[in-house]
Amino acid sequence: MTSHVDDANRRDFLVVAGNAFAAVGAASLIWPFVQQMNPDASAKAMASTEVDLAPVKEGQAITIMWRGKPVFVRNRTKEEVATAVEVKLTELPDEEARNGALPEATPATDANRTKQGHENWIVMVGICTHLGCIPKGQSMNDAKGDFGGWFCPCHGSHYDTSGRIRKGPAPRNLEVPPYEFVSDTKIKIG
Amino acid sequence: MSGHTSSYEPTSRWGKWWDERLPIPRMMHGQFVAFPTPRNLNYLWTFGGILMFCLIAQIITGIVLAMHYQSSDVLAFNSVEHIRRDVNFGWLIRNMHAVGASMFFIAVYIHIFRGLYYGSYKAPREVLWILGVIILLAMMATAFLGYTLPWGQMSFWGVTVITNLFSALDTIYTGLGTAIVEWLWGGYSVSGVTLNRFFSLHYLLPFVLTGIVILHIWALHVSGQNNPTGLDIKEPSESVPMHPYATSKDIVGMFAFLILFAWFVFFLPDYLGHPDNYTEANPLVTPPHIVPEWYFLPFYAILRAFTGSFLGIPLGSFAKLFGVLAMFAAVLILAFAPWLDTSRVRSAKYRPLFKWAFWAFAFTCVALGYLGSKPAEGVYVMWAQIFTVLYFLFFLVAMPVLGLIETPKKLPRSINEAVLGPDAAAAKH
Repeated sequence: MTSHVDDANRRDFLVVAGNAFAAVGAASLIWPFVQQMNPDASAKAMASTEVDLAPVKEGQAITIMWRGKPVFVRNRTKEEVATAVEVKLTELPDEEARNGALPEATPATDANRTKQGHENWIVMVGICTHLGCIPKGQSMNDAKGDFGGWFCPCHGSHYDTSGRIRKGPAPRNLEVPPYEFVSDTKIKIG
Repeated sequence: MSGHTSSYEPTSRWGKWWDERLPIPRMMHGQFVAFPTPRNLNYLWTFGGILMFCLIAQIITGIVLAMHYQSSDVLAFNSVEHIRRDVNFGWLIRNMHAVGASMFFIAVYIHIFRGLYYGSYKAPREVLWILGVIILLAMMATAFLGYTLPWGQMSFWGVTVITNLFSALDTIYTGLGTAIVEWLWGGYSVSGVTLNRFFSLHYLLPFVLTGIVILHIWALHVSGQNNPTGLDIKEPSESVPMHPYATSKDIVGMFAFLILFAWFVFFLPDYLGHPDNYTEANPLVTPPHIVPEWYFLPFYAILRAFTGSFLGIPLGSFAKLFGVLAMFAAVLILAFAPWLDTSRVRSAKYRPLFKWAFWAFAFTCVALGYLGSKPAEGVYVMWAQIFTVLYFLFFLVAMPVLGLIETPKKLPRSINEAVLGPDAAAAKH
């Protein structure tokens, strides 16, 4: 029995190799069962939407659906733009622009949340960044909160006229989706 | 299973045949007929049996409802109305199931508070207690998934708010929370895809629950039941066989409970629900006040207590994460009660200070429930923050500190002495 030690090593190797093989096999079998729950091809396919802005007069707002989410489009008045521009960054709980088209850590100035030459238009995903309710403020007689923008009735988050969080439990500014002006009165979201 | 041997003797040939092969009758006799129960159990000990009834009733009514329900976002809302109006006795079975969820929680909360009052969580019942906490969590998950299925406004927005809780993880690692939420939804928002998987899981969980309940009962039958004195059974005369003594008391308690149950089913089926859930789900309109079912309100109040600042302490962008953590901690902290409580005396009957702390805690839970039903603004937020602090103080301060500083009342020497008085107990010897 001179090969006793060698046998033990061979057996260890076989056990480790066998178990490793089984573990990889199990993981690759589990993966489809995890992955099947992620958004499927049909959900991903609803990528972009075009919106005609011509009928939206100054001070009015519309809500459209993009990827199953409501998107707020507001034609802001000059006063609303002015109040949004005047706000200092230090007054904001979230200092990032949250603009899908700009890199992270871009400061949350009003200019960084709108498109140059179209500063009156604010386009945002209308979902409160706290727990996903739809904030009020789109129709004329809605409560617009302490900062004249939007107010989420669920847990009391107040957003300003640039959709930035000012008061309440929401951690982030309303998200600006990637979009572009295809003409002066038409945008394409996504 | 436990320290007593079964006195079961099969009398028929059929009984003997089974006893040698699969002795289920022997086990049932030992555990549920001859099993020694403390002679001094009060009606608060009938809730275990009541909860077993609730679980079975929910499973039976649920299986029947699933025969008529459609788990598609287009059909779900109408299929529930179809059950209520068209299906033979559908109105009855749906009411039993919907009211049954509330009754289940009434019973489980009484059961938990009984355990807290009489120190049922202490050694040697820690595992029994922790299994109970896991059962509570599984019940909450099942109830939450089930409330989605009628696909009304509260269903939809309740799911939206609760699944979004996980997005708080974005504060720790960017994108992690969002990835989890989209995985749960199967899309970029709550949709029919979400409804379908929630139905599947709502059907699954009660059976998982049944498995944990069996472990819970097993653990109970190893340590034996606690009792109002918190003392251990020291001699056979301090216990009575489970049947017919405990079972007949259980039946009285169960009938009282069923009267309340039936009253809601027949006269107030929608009283515990919310009128907004009779409006079909609409992803573009959030109801002005989203409130969960009543049994989640205290935890909801804790979640919402964390606004931009907590009792004057600014939280900034961590408010959401803290709210979520506090809400989960409020349930999970129960699991640590066996080690947080330092007192060697089990029953609050003999703990003058803990008794006050217990009732203050009970009041705190009711107050949080009330605040959870109110809008999160103004003075309600401040009170929710105060009661959230009190909720955790009960576990983190009252439990450890009172055990050290409190002088307990003189304990009776035995259950017999507590029940019969010292002279009669001595005569029993």
